[in-house]
Amino acid sequence: MKEQKTTKVPVWDLPDVPKGKLPPHLQLQRTRVLCTFDAPTHTESIQYSGAYAAMGVDNSLRLEEFRNNFRVEVIKLTEDDMEFDMIGIDAALANAFRRILIAELPTMAIEKVLVANNTSVIQDEVLAHRLGLIPLKVDPRLFNYMIENDEPNEKNTIVFKLHARCERGSPRIKVTTNELKWLPNGSELILSTEKPTQDSTSKTKTYTSFNCRQDTLPEFLDNPIVPKHDDILIAKLGPGQYVRNFATPLVNETSTNEASAISFTFPCMIESPHVSSNDTFSFGGFIKLAGAVGSGKNEGLNVMGTSGSVGMEIELEAHAVKGVGKTHAKWSPVATAWYRMLPEVVLLQDIEDGMAEELFKKCPVGVFDIEDIGKGSLIVFDQFIDRQLGRKRATVARPRSCTLCRECIRGDDWDKLLSLRRVKDHFIFTIESTGALPPEILFTEAVQILEEKCERVISELS
Amino acid sequence: MEHGSFQDESQATFSLTDEDHTLANSLRYILNQDPRVTFCGYSIPHPSDARVNIRVQTTGDPARDVLKDSCQDLMLVCQHVRSTVDQAVMEFKSKQGVELMKIK
Repeated sequence: MKEQKTTKVPVWDLPDVPKGKLPPHLQLQRTRVLCTFDAPTHTESIQYSGAYAAMGVDNSLRLEEFRNNFRVEVIKLTEDDMEFDMIGIDAALANAFRRILIAELPTMAIEKVLVANNTSVIQDEVLAHRLGLIPLKVDPRLFNYMIENDEPNEKNTIVFKLHARCERGSPRIKVTTNELKWLPNGSELILSTEKPTQDSTSKTKTYTSFNCRQDTLPEFLDNPIVPKHDDILIAKLGPGQYVRNFATPLVNETSTNEASAISFTFPCMIESPHVSSNDTFSFGGFIKLAGAVGSGKNEGLNVMGTSGSVGMEIELEAHAVKGVGKTHAKWSPVATAWYRMLPEVVLLQDIEDGMAEELFKKCPVGVFDIEDIGKGSLIVFDQFIDRQLGRKRATVARPRSCTLCRECIRGDDWDKLLSLRRVKDHFIFTIESTGALPPEILFTEAVQILEEKCERVISELS
Repeated sequence: MEHGSFQDESQATFSLTDEDHTLANSLRYILNQDPRVTFCGYSIPHPSDARVNIRVQTTGDPARDVLKDSCQDLMLVCQHVRSTVDQAVMEFKSKQGVELMKIK
């Protein structure tokens, strides 16, 4: 007897493969990152529109679908921090927002430091670097960028003054941002012009040319521009010191003319009360440094001991301008901004009793909870039944706090019981602002900047 | 700047200056979702130059139009994201305000 030839049925018509939808294992690959013990798998997002064309599933982005599925949930919102969830967006866009938040949102930061006097132990450039990193509490949208060859005016510069001094005899003082005073009228340091015969009635030229006072503008009337925190330590100034030893110019025997003698300047008052007069020469006031006289002879300076300055003083003016984080990190408006994908912990099998306890203890952040099963329905009349009442089961209570330490899948065979995954389109964004702008406004500005970039491309193409 | 051919408008390489992964990756994502696109990718010839090359190959439509449409789609997506976030923040703030009132 001949067997009936089995009719070929296309696999799509088989009853258990739903048409127009992906089979569950492919859906898992598409929407979840599987975090196995070695490395995460399926991390790339399948973006190609025709990726599942053979299955009859359309993978393309329909704007309508995106609009319907996209959700935002704010978890925490304070003056400086924000944590919110974005569901339905892709990693490419989330990363674009993160990059713009860090590098392309403008802020104001101190760029030029005009030092009038610095006799502290902090060098000029170190002081200027520290001043640049101080976050300023001012809305950068009210200012313009300073273009090259532009005059510093009230629309693109903010001027601060710092004048601190430690008197002789007083203990070491800390110079904090409290002492950084805003000068709404612009710079007070006078530009030295080449023509001293200028009309004395004309306005003295300073380093900035403000046309009007900045605090007459409505935004600054009631809130002066200050650094965000007034307790940031800028420098420490100590009092003057006695100099025990002295400095002698070491001159080669053969040279006797004045040109090869070296003298030096530092503002100091040197008192050597314990040194006898025949091996020191005491001098007070200022001594001029006449440059390095290097004529090949063995000349040097024999400074034996440290000199302290009388009353360390810092007097400077700092000009703040607008910039972006790409140029220098001081202009970054966020302390940092980061995102992570929502973790998902799935128990592949029921985990009970001893294993459940073990799992509960293993997790350092408390993702799992023990649940009693068989509660209340058994009557205790026997110790045997009593043991059955104590049956426990592990459940996943707080998957969101999972840090993916993988402690729960360590050990033999634990990874067959648990599956650690990440949801590919659910991002938990955290933004920590340094204070110039509140975080929700920062995010809105970042999205706007991405829109402007697109517009620029469109106008270039047309 | 478009590097393409006048005979075959469906494939071209667009060289954008002053751009980096921020815009290029997002554009590539949106381009990929467009059903008219057979191939799209981006590369950065040298990290010191701020220049990005985006390659687009389509099923017949001119590549420039497809790129323009994708930019516009990206703008619409951004606008939607912005409005949703603003709305969510407002709701959260009003909810917080209501809770504060309750405590008071």
